[in-house]
Amino acid sequence: MQQLLDGILEGLRLLFTGDAVLWEIIYLSGRISGIALVISAVLGIPFGAFLGLARFRGRRLVQAIVYTGMGLPPVVVGLAVYLLLSRSGILGHLNWSWIPQLFTVPAMIVAQVIIATPLVVGYTMAAVSEVNPDLRIQVRSLGATPLQITLAVLCEARLGIIVALVGGLGSIISEVGAVMMVGGNIEGSTRVLTTAIMLETRRGNLDLAIGLGMVLLLLAFLINFGVTQLQGKGN
Amino acid sequence: MFQKMSFYKILVALILSMLLVAACAPTATPTAESVAVPTQAPPTKAPKLAFTNTEIQQPQEMILATTSSTQDSGLLDYLLPDFDKEFNIKTKVIAVGSGQALQMGKDGDADVLLIHSPAAEKEFMDAGDGVRREDVMYNDFVIVGPAEDPAKITGLKTSVDAFKAIAESESKFVSRGDDSGTHVKEKNIWKKAELEPVGDWYVSAGQNMGAVLTMADELQGYTLSDRATYLAFLQQGLSLKIMVEGDSSLLNPYGVIAVNPAKSPKIRNDLANQFIDWIISIPVQEKIQVFKKEELGQSLFYPSSKLWQEAK
Repeated sequence: MQQLLDGILEGLRLLFTGDAVLWEIIYLSGRISGIALVISAVLGIPFGAFLGLARFRGRRLVQAIVYTGMGLPPVVVGLAVYLLLSRSGILGHLNWSWIPQLFTVPAMIVAQVIIATPLVVGYTMAAVSEVNPDLRIQVRSLGATPLQITLAVLCEARLGIIVALVGGLGSIISEVGAVMMVGGNIEGSTRVLTTAIMLETRRGNLDLAIGLGMVLLLLAFLINFGVTQLQGKGN
Repeated sequence: MFQKMSFYKILVALILSMLLVAACAPTATPTAESVAVPTQAPPTKAPKLAFTNTEIQQPQEMILATTSSTQDSGLLDYLLPDFDKEFNIKTKVIAVGSGQALQMGKDGDADVLLIHSPAAEKEFMDAGDGVRREDVMYNDFVIVGPAEDPAKITGLKTSVDAFKAIAESESKFVSRGDDSGTHVKEKNIWKKAELEPVGDWYVSAGQNMGAVLTMADELQGYTLSDRATYLAFLQQGLSLKIMVEGDSSLLNPYGVIAVNPAKSPKIRNDLANQFIDWIISIPVQEKIQVFKKEELGQSLFYPSSKLWQEAK
């Protein structure tokens, strides 16, 4: 009990004294997961909309694959990316300069994109499917092109799409297995909130670990609070 | 129409805010640029000069794969800044188990290794995966357990006798179970005691030292720990006590290995050699000896490089 109290006090102290190392870690966590989310959104929203609206053979199979992807264990993603990018891995040994190296920020972004994209696709697909089909008929009768129809449906499903993005962000910013394996938890370059918590726990600095944990919780809360505010305005 | 507008606003705001975060990226590594700016101040000189200056000042990167004990004890945080500064190198530390560190060497994913797994290190060198190995330092393992000491091992002289007593009384024992240097050490002691540890009393945790100590404390069981991690956790209120120590089979030697540069064109063998020369040098060995000595009343690591032994 005392330990928990000490930890909470330590967390508050760190946050409010503007500890440089802590803020660097927060910044890095936000930057890596932010970039990964943008990439996932660019890939995932169009693909999700397509899967939700188009009718084609094998659609159910693709949907099943996406649903499986939504449950991908991050540790397995981390292991796969590790093996691919290792200097003796399939991609790594090609030695092409645009392939990210292990233990760098781009490698972590790759892993996070793989984790988040199926989530964005899946949620977008579900949101788009729930839009009243009459809308499409109406818009089409007004002479809209397929692209315009899709955009209209996406607009109607905007709340679901925001949920998709938040779900994706939540899953990657709180994830530890993949970023630890692929990033290596290097101080000042690939150390993010979750891996820092692991390290400080291992070191026996439980106060600091609890403090970092609180920061992570607070971040998650702020993101979700922001979204509910947006949702309120959307309605 | 209004709904459409607000949706786009939200989406654009979301993406913009993320791009903003991303765009701030260069501020994380301002050192090279900000240093280069003053050299550009005399505009009469060709800008080429400034450019080459930037190149020289950009630190070279080296990957050091090591065991968690060197990072968790704080030793690397204490030693490495000197090295990085002196040679303008950025050492990227990847702290894993000895098993994974050796695998990283085999795959060419690290330039230099600092580990404690003598038998596996020898295998690694014999296989041609490493090109140079030097002794660096040693610390020791201790057998720790609950104050009640159900297996009555306190005061036993050897680790083998202690392990036999634990197995006979079937007292809880928490093993690392992760093929780390510590786990290999533990397996060797079981082997010497001619015992196969199986049963409900033997817990294979598959975790790092800190987690295993905490687990042993919660279960009121025994475990084998390196002294550094044990002392760090003792300060955090761990209740386990040292029961057996000082046996020569409990010594824990650390070696440093330069990975064979044939593994990958990206391997920086020059930097690896620079690191090895540095860490086995007398001044650094002295620094290792006094690390945390005042705070804990005992050294955590004892220097043992060839140079150091010759000087003594």
